[in-house]
This record gives sequence, C-alpha cells and structure tokens, in this order.
Amino acid sequence: MKYTRDPELIRKVLGKKVQFILGDMACVYGGILAGCSFFGGYPITPASEVAEGMARMLPRVKGTYMQMEDEIGSIAAVIGAAWGGAKSMTATSGPGFSLMMENYGYAVMTETPCVIVNVQRTGPSTGQPTLGAQGDMMQAKWGTHGDFEAIAFAPSTVQECIDFTLEAFNLAEKYRTPVCVMADGEIGHLRERVIIPDEKDLKLIERAPATIDKKKFIPFTNSQTRKSKVPDFPTFGTGYRTYVTGLTHNEKGFPATDKQKDHEKLVKRITSKISDDADKLVMVEEINLDDAEIAFVTYGATARPAESAMEMGRKKGIKIGLLRLKLAWPFPEKVIHKLAKEVDKIIVPEMNLGQIVHPVREYVNGECEVVSAPKIGGEMHLPNELFKYLEGK
Amino acid sequence: MVEIKTAEELNKKYLREGMWPTIFCNGCGIGVVLEYTLWAIEELGWDMDKVVFASGIGCSSRLPGYINADGLHTTHGRAIAFATGIKAANPDLNVVIFTGDGDCSGIGGNHFIHAARRNIDLTVIMVNNFVYGMTGGQSSPTAPIGSVATTAPYGNIEHPFDICGIAKALGANYVARWPVSHPYQPIKSVKEGLQKKGFSLLEFLAPCPTAYGRRNKLGDIKKLWKWYDDNTILIEDYEKTMNYGNEKEKEEIKNKIQIGVFQDIEKSGFFEEYEKLMMMLQEKKTTGEKK
Ligand SMILES: Cc1ncc(C[n+]2csc(CCOP(=O)(O)OP(=O)(O)O)c2C)c(N)n1
Ligand code: SF4
Repeated sequence: MKYTRDPELIRKVLGKKVQFILGDMACVYGGILAGCSFFGGYPITPASEVAEGMARMLPRVKGTYMQMEDEIGSIAAVIGAAWGGAKSMTATSGPGFSLMMENYGYAVMTETPCVIVNVQRTGPSTGQPTLGAQGDMMQAKWGTHGDFEAIAFAPSTVQECIDFTLEAFNLAEKYRTPVCVMADGEIGHLRERVIIPDEKDLKLIERAPATIDKKKFIPFTNSQTRKSKVPDFPTFGTGYRTYVTGLTHNEKGFPATDKQKDHEKLVKRITSKISDDADKLVMVEEINLDDAEIAFVTYGATARPAESAMEMGRKKGIKIGLLRLKLAWPFPEKVIHKLAKEVDKIIVPEMNLGQIVHPVREYVNGECEVVSAPKIGGEMHLPNELFKYLEGK
Repeated sequence: MVEIKTAEELNKKYLREGMWPTIFCNGCGIGVVLEYTLWAIEELGWDMDKVVFASGIGCSSRLPGYINADGLHTTHGRAIAFATGIKAANPDLNVVIFTGDGDCSGIGGNHFIHAARRNIDLTVIMVNNFVYGMTGGQSSPTAPIGSVATTAPYGNIEHPFDICGIAKALGANYVARWPVSHPYQPIKSVKEGLQKKGFSLLEFLAPCPTAYGRRNKLGDIKKLWKWYDDNTILIEDYEKTMNYGNEKEKEEIKNKIQIGVFQDIEKSGFFEEYEKLMMMLQEKKTTGEKK
C-alpha cells in the first residue's frame, strides 16, 4: 500500500501532547511527524530504541518498518525507498555509521533525500557500546570518499531530538541530500519532558516533484521550474524513466566517467546547492555572549555541563558566554569568526579528543585563543571540570 | 497473442538511445540476457513506466542504463537491498535486478540471502560469467575449481558458490538457471520469474570471452559459446541418468552444470504479510477504542 501522511492517525498513535520519553524515542516521533513512511535499520546500542520505536509505531501509521540484514542494507533500502517516493530514515551508532559510509556518498551523488540518525557511542571500533560520545562528528563531514557538503544536526535535549529529526527531513527534501542527526548516547538514553508540536505549527517541506513535460525534463541539473540548484525529483513510477547512478554523470544522468568537465560541474553543483545557503542554514543558540570575554563553543550533550560551568563562572564574576551549535554542518563560519573578534578565548568542550575544535580554529583564524576541552571514555564533562578551564587551569 | 516485433521495433521501444553503444565486448553474453528479459517483458505486455531496474556494479550491472525505464545503478553488491526499499515504498512497481556473480554472491551475498529468505517480491537476474569481468578478470565466488584468473594464476582452489542451490534452500518462490546460448526456454522462464509474486532468481550462464574465456583457453567466441551447450544438462535429464543410467553415462554427466527450473512454489512474501499486519493493527485500534 502506498503511504499517505494521515495527521489524525499520527496523533492517535503518538498519543498525549506532553510526554516523558527517551531521546531515541523522540527521534521516532520526529520522523513520524515529518511523514517518514520507511525505516530500515539494524540493532545497535545506544540507537536500538529508535528501531524498536519505529517497529511499534510505523505499521500503526501505515508506514513500513524493516529490520535489514545489516547497516549497509539499511541505508541502501532507505535510499531505494526515497526513489520509490517515500520519506525514509535509518538510525545507528558508530560501527553501523562506518558501514553506511559508502552508501551515504551514494545518496549525496544521486541527490537522494533521506535521514540518518547517529546516536554516537565511543570508538574506535566496538568501543564502549552503552556509553555516549561525540566521536563521529568529523565522519559525518568527511567519512565518505570524495568531495561533498554535509548537513548534520546535534541535539542537546530530548525535545530537540523531535524537532531536529523533523527538521532533518525538511533539509533533506529541500536540498535532496542525506541529512544526519548526530545525537549522542547521553541524549539518546536521556528521558525528558517533550511537547509534541501541533499539526498547525509544523512546517513541513516536501520534495519538489518533477512536473514538466517528460521529453523536456533534465534530471540532474538546476531545477527547471524553480530558481534552485536542486533538481525536481522524478519519483520512480511516474513516467520520467530516470537513470540514477553513483558514477559521475551528465545532466541526463548518463555516465560521464572520463569527463573532467562533467565531474566538476556535477560535484560543484551538489556541493554549492548547500554551501550557497550556508548563512541561511546557521542554527546556533547564543547565551550571555553580549559582554563575554570567554566563550564555550559546544554542541549536543556537552552543551549541558558547559552551561552549568558558565553559570558557575558568572556567579564568580567571570564574563563567560556560550555558543551552542544546533547544526554542526555546514559549519557556522561567519558566526565563529565574529565571535573570535569579540572574545579573548574560546573553549571547545567535546566528548572526543578534539574534532569540532578544528573548524573553530580555522575560522577563528588567529583572532583569539582557542582551547580544546576534550573528554573521552563515555563520561560527560562535569561542570566543575569545565569551570577549571575558566580559571585558566 | 502478442504481435511479433522486429528487433528494430523492439530496440526503439525498450532501449535508451543516448546510451549506445554498450560497453560490452564482442562475444559477451550480457547483451543476450537483456534481450531475453525484454522479450519476456514484451510478451507480458508490461507498462515500462511501472518497471524499475536496479543493479550493483560490474559489466552486467550496466544493463539498466540501456533500458528506457527507471533505473537505479547502485553500489557494488547492494542492489537487492536498494530494490527492497523501492518495492516497500511503492508495491505497484515491478522491480527487476540485474547483477553479476561477484556482485550477487560475493560482496552482496548477505543481501541476496535475506531477500530470498524474506521472499521479497523482486526478480533477480544474475549474470554468471564465473569471473569479475569489469575489473579485468579476478576470480569470483562462482569460479569453477581449477579455473584461471588474474588472482588465481595457478588455478582456483575454492569451492564454487551454487547460487540456485542456496536460493532454493531459502525457500525463494522461483529459482532457475539457464545458459544464454538458446533463447526459448530462458525467455519463458524469465516470464515466469517476472510474474511470480515473491522472490525469483534467474541465473544466466554467460560467456565472458575477454576476462574468462581467453585466460582459460576456451577457444574463440564460437567455441566458447558452444562450451555452454556441452557442459550443461537439464535437471530432468540429469536426474534420470543418475537414477537409471549406467556407470559410464553417470560419469559423463556428473560434472555438468544443471539447468532448468529448480523451484516453482507459492509462498507468501514479506510485503503480503506486512500488509496483513497493518490491517490487523488498524482493526485492533478501532475495537480497542470502543471499549
Ligand atoms: C565496494 C567495491 N569494491 C570493489 C569494487 C570494484 N569492482 C567493480 S566491478 C567488480 C566486480 C564485478 O564482478 P561481477 O559482479 O561478477 O560482474 P561482471 O563485471 O563480471 O559482470 C568489482 C570488484 C567496487 N566498485 N566497489
Ligand atoms: S569483460 Fe567480459 S563480462 Fe565484461 S563486457 Fe567484456 S566480455 Fe562482457
């Protein structure tokens, strides 16, 4: 049965407006609210609850849940479902995210909208399965081979797991690209109060379907109906007879593997369709930055102890503020550069040995001091550990 | 009765002009697999707007590019998993997969096994040329013992993968193997496979003169194609000889590759069961509310 989003049925299945749920479950809610009708996944801690939630809820809203044979198959089925006309997603953690990398690039190259939730745990390898980390932030940006532009959210609360998963679908549809929700084990396994947004408050972006004359339609070029570098989507079965390939292709979609110009044109279009909008895409939260001399730049679960450390600092008269990245990629280059001119020092706490600190340094570009505040091993920073950085220790 | 079309008319109807010529070498069997498939579709009278071809990576996986229909040329070995998603999103589409022996039984073995086990309504057409053709002739999981490849320079010592055997064991609804050297049985069989609800596997034994035949000294193209006649035997004939033949007759056929239809059953598939589950949940909810 082909899926049509049924708001009433969705509300019935999701239940009460205010609930106390897990971060993982909130990703399920976000997906279902967005109209996700296909989930393909494979169990992995700490992301399994996303698959479990989907297995319970998707058949009830008349969507399809499939436990695939592995994560490679999961992302493959998710991409296939998108071409079949569905909004689709998967959820995983480090080892599964690594397995998905080849097809992550395939989704980029074929301009396929889909959502990947990564509830990060520690690595390398199997690492600490039940413990949270933020070690895959660079993998989301650079993990698949070749040049591409990533879009990745970093939720700090369970509510944001709903909101950002939903927004991930919006950006996936808008830019026709895979979008990551880079949650972490801490947020994925946290239980918090959430408010399910009302239907009238939802802003859903749907993919622009191909509508023009089939003979005139060009599948892999700027939209022929809107002012956009994102082509209209010729869903399989609608008569456009599109050939979709991960090989370098020309505007018609035909392989052009030995043509430098075709490759450059294609890859520049699919990267710039996102980077052109980098300023519009900025999503940050700024706290106490007006008079700040020191700033935390942080994201995800780590933003929570950083906020506490900031409050401790303020009580002691330290002029400390916080910039939280809600969207880690594309990186808010201009925001960081401006901040660097206003403060003396930027401290970057992360649950890894220093990842997002690198683009921070790049865009600070010498305008202020940058300090990395790493912590690994599956424990969050304690507020007083971060407070010590404020005292310069 | 279907009206008989000339090859030219068929080409016009089914092929994508801008993609020619093909990448296939002289004497390659892959093009013939395409021909049989299109004949079968023609005889079925399918609407090509509702057929999607998916493939992995390899010479054989280039086939969807030549067909004037929706096509998803995916990553190496993964086509069946992609196709599963297409079918899930739109069950009205007929989804056909072209894959190679390396693509399907090597890197993609896991997806193949599980799609067959789930009995997903897909038709997999696997071109078995005993070799990794596209990458220049490395050994494949289906390579016969003793066959020479760039990565088996002293002859292959691994036992070959019997892909039909495994599909049958997993309970796939339709399983058949044919050489490409004769058209009639294969076309009929492709038709059966395409029409079958549930998982269908059609394995085609196809010559690859460039990367396999030459290296294994199987002679010129004509001789190589004849190899498939000389070294295959219908399942029924094989069984008859094995049951009732004398020792000499048995010895003669014992190493031949069996061809024909290995399995033709009607078992419900994943999406049929899923549909039932969804209906059940909808009913449960309404009765639940009344209480
Ligand atoms: C992940 C990955 N590994 C390796 C390759 C290289 N590669 C391309 S085609 C191919 C073999 C294809 O062999 P087969 O499936 O038998 O198809 P044929 O070319 O013989 O038709 C390989 C190994 C690849 N494209 N992707
Ligand atoms: S290398 Fe072999 S399989 Fe590939 S096109 Fe040439 S003959 Fe066909």
